[in-house]
Amino acid sequence: MEKVYDTVVLGGGPAGLAAAIEAKKNGAEDVLILERDRELGGILNQCIHNGFGLHTFNEQLTGPEYAERFIDQAKELDIPYELDTMVLDLEDEGDLKRIHAVNEENGYQTFDTKSVVLTMGCRERPAGAIGIPGFRPAGVFTAGTAQRFINMEGYMCGKKAVILGSGDIGLIMARRMTLEGAEVEAVCELMPYSNGLQRNIVQCLDDYDIPLKLSHTITFIHGKDRVEGVTIQEVGPDLKPIPGTEERIDCDVVLLSVGLLPENEISRNAGVEIDARTNGPVVSELRETSIPGVFAAGNVVHVHDLVDFVSEEAALAGKGAGKYIQGTLDQEPDFKTVAGPGLGYVVPQNVSLDNVDDSITFYMRVRNVLEDKVINAYIGDEKVATKRAQKFLPAEMVNFKISKKTLEKYPDGEEIRFVIEDKPVPKKKA
Amino acid sequence: MAEVRNLICISCPMGCNLTVTRDGDNITVTGNTCKNGEIYGIEEVTNPKRVIPTTVVCNGGKLKRLPVKTADAVPKSMIFDIMKEINKVSVDAPVEVGQVIIPNVLDTGVDVVATRTMPAE
Amino acid sequence: MYDVAIVGAGIAGSYIARTLARYELKIVLIDGESDVGNQISMANSAIVHAGFDAPSYKLKGKFNAPGCIMYGKVCEDLDVPFKRTGSLVVAHTEEEMMKIHELYQNGLRNGVPDMRILFEDEVHEMEPNLAPDICGALYAGDAGIVSPFELVAKVAENAVDNGVELRLDTLVEDIENNDGSFTLKTNKGNIEAKVVVNAAGVYADDVYEMVGEHYFEILPRKGNYFIFDKECGDLVNNVIFPCPTKNGKGILVAPTVHGNLLIGPDASPTWKGDISTTQDKLDWIKENAHKNVPSVESCYRKIIRNYAGTRNTPVKTEWTTTDGDFIIEESPVKNFVNFAGYESPGLTSIPAAGLYVVDEIILPILEREGVEVKPNENFNPKNRKHVYFNELTEEEKRELIKENPKYGRVICRCETITEGEILDTIHRSAGATTVKGVKKRCRAGMGRCQGGFCSPRVTEILSRELDIPMDQVYYDKKGPAFILTGKTKDVPEQGE
Repeated sequence: MEKVYDTVVLGGGPAGLAAAIEAKKNGAEDVLILERDRELGGILNQCIHNGFGLHTFNEQLTGPEYAERFIDQAKELDIPYELDTMVLDLEDEGDLKRIHAVNEENGYQTFDTKSVVLTMGCRERPAGAIGIPGFRPAGVFTAGTAQRFINMEGYMCGKKAVILGSGDIGLIMARRMTLEGAEVEAVCELMPYSNGLQRNIVQCLDDYDIPLKLSHTITFIHGKDRVEGVTIQEVGPDLKPIPGTEERIDCDVVLLSVGLLPENEISRNAGVEIDARTNGPVVSELRETSIPGVFAAGNVVHVHDLVDFVSEEAALAGKGAGKYIQGTLDQEPDFKTVAGPGLGYVVPQNVSLDNVDDSITFYMRVRNVLEDKVINAYIGDEKVATKRAQKFLPAEMVNFKISKKTLEKYPDGEEIRFVIEDKPVPKKKA
Repeated sequence: MAEVRNLICISCPMGCNLTVTRDGDNITVTGNTCKNGEIYGIEEVTNPKRVIPTTVVCNGGKLKRLPVKTADAVPKSMIFDIMKEINKVSVDAPVEVGQVIIPNVLDTGVDVVATRTMPAE
Repeated sequence: MYDVAIVGAGIAGSYIARTLARYELKIVLIDGESDVGNQISMANSAIVHAGFDAPSYKLKGKFNAPGCIMYGKVCEDLDVPFKRTGSLVVAHTEEEMMKIHELYQNGLRNGVPDMRILFEDEVHEMEPNLAPDICGALYAGDAGIVSPFELVAKVAENAVDNGVELRLDTLVEDIENNDGSFTLKTNKGNIEAKVVVNAAGVYADDVYEMVGEHYFEILPRKGNYFIFDKECGDLVNNVIFPCPTKNGKGILVAPTVHGNLLIGPDASPTWKGDISTTQDKLDWIKENAHKNVPSVESCYRKIIRNYAGTRNTPVKTEWTTTDGDFIIEESPVKNFVNFAGYESPGLTSIPAAGLYVVDEIILPILEREGVEVKPNENFNPKNRKHVYFNELTEEEKRELIKENPKYGRVICRCETITEGEILDTIHRSAGATTVKGVKKRCRAGMGRCQGGFCSPRVTEILSRELDIPMDQVYYDKKGPAFILTGKTKDVPEQGE
């Protein structure tokens, strides 16, 4: 008989590593990581900037340092992995899942496993998806592709750059290009606010006097063979370019940081239910998908802005896989979660309280910049918890922690609704 | 006459809005959520500092570039000078994470260190 | 001295070269681009038309239907993906139905097989996503879809394998007529030939005027297109045309041979070499494509690329008699053959038109000039099989990787293209030498991430296989279309 794994993890990035480690610690003995790249660590290997790990390790690490801590743990636990391995297909055969994968060394392989954790991450939205008109010359890169070229391969991809999109990767790359001797002419952002962390605007743009042009987009790419420049335009409240605001900027490279999309081809083909709002699987508190025994975590579920939360989420999935194998996972949801108006989504979409230790963290994103607002959680008509913040930004994922005790008070509740409401005016002391 | 500056703290992803008031030698920081915010606020108006994450040429390793950083924050005004020093250096794999690549770069008292283990190929 | 020099390595020039390769002749195929099929042949509707559009008295009408019929064999020999999907010209009104009857009659005159006029119920049964007000259609079962860039590459490969010399990056700057031979002056030196075939696409009038008097003019007309994610690939089964007007065939909605969806084009006069997309035309396409297929609107989120291409429309001047038809003739300049104004349905017509120009024009000229024309006994019409890893069965995949482990390394994640396939496209005759050349031939980078993950890997493979530094791997045109601008850091790496 063929070997049957307890857990096979699809992807050896931060999510996959944390999931594998946690699965192993929670009763999964035969764990295997399948990674498509040439080493473990995923996208962190090219994210050489610092700022990772403040939540997890309470210090500022660079991406490779953060990855290395998890890689070391996985190695200490003797978790095997196969590199340069592409998973082609995941078949759900009930209690057993079968994974089809290829690599150069071992050829075409199938792996039978009791549980699977999907941690394939996400990919960048390409130029074609946003449909900038113009020629289609060399010199248009997604920020991540440029990052890999510069940080891992040691090649520059231009001397004078315009960056579209102020997501964190775009901001970080503005600094990287500058430090490596290129000029960054501008960072354009379609929205009236940045999609990156405030700190990155300060230390990546302001430090180097790189202008951030909010409510601006690129409306034409010049140059037939290689980028020669861009036309940028201001956009109105409808996000459409305003005629008459055209400005030509000469440059030889355009970097795009215009969003990330969870990579769920394998999940979709396997029949995993996908949430149209997150573009990721619908998951439970321990990140079980609609297929029993198939878990998912990290950017494949929803795009995170901090790797610390990826690790946190992946640990839940790993724990879920461990419980599933031991038959101790409660798969009946007690609650569904609902994102109220103004909230892009809430993860997890389902909650079984039996699987929760002390508290559960709901991840969500607001659609607009919110000031003087709170997010309230309701079960039925009753407000059960409140999340406060100085400001809610679309760029920053909201972590809303609710204790198990609170939720246990509503055995008949079916839905946890998250609603944006005005911040209560503080009562004046008499 | 007190000088007031509004800053965004870069110590962590929270990005607190700080108000730093400087009156002679007396500097006060408000708006911070933690001690790091206060330190950042004071430093930012006296001697702003940054960590530089970048790469150096690496020979014989799995990759042609080794990621490095300044082990601590260095004066912001020295960033490009330090980059020049870093760009001159090449190292041979294998390299251990944390290994000092340039000790005390430009007399800042700060080392440039490797931020990953680079096995030899 | 070459017997024949063909200027332009698009579908026309490449196919003529391959057809001439059936004879023992010295043939050179010349193009200024860094790859074959890099202009009109690269960006078009990718449709093999059944042949009911053009009037039968025109060359377009004469060659289209036979060309379409010949496509099956040609693509089988050359191993190019081609599907006879069928096409529908749909009618919303009684007037349009009248037009459809006219097209049907014209199709009969042109020899189009397998045509039917469909009534309302039949249309909607065949294509459930069509607009409800569509009241009938002309169905042509022979129409199909092809990958035009793969086709050109495979035609050129076969031509080269059968003895044709291919010279890329070679721009013909002037031609001298030596009465009995021509000297083609190029950026790479002179090329002498007895006969010149001008298949220079939008530049055909310029090339002709290097030797002769202006007698036709090429008007480049641009068309914008959108390509959708494969998720939208089954929106329609047939190629869907609106009822044609005097402005052309209108905005079509079509599946592509690799399972994407395509909409476009518009038709706007432009300058030669302009293949830029423009917002106004892209918007116009979006605003009109849903008239026949309403649900295409819900797919706009799934667009993965826009592109534009040019048609090389011949325009009437006071000297010309072409009236918008193909110009396929020995020109007023002796031994100089024009194969010009070769716009739609040129891609479809090529098997017939290519045979015609060789048999009826070029060979007679060569014989007249005293060149002995003998059949090439070694001519092999077939190409080596192209492996599409993703389309193999599990067993075939296993075997293939055992044989060649490079097929076990997936480079393009979106389209599941392996290193084995990429190596194959690089090492074939007329093979890929650029990142775009790889993309055109084996689809690495054609998927939804548009090369984000795989282009660095493809660059690396090209660098290794062609033994050139990374920063001398080009995206397309060698020289100007550079990808990387050098290395980071000041110190050299070991071995430099």
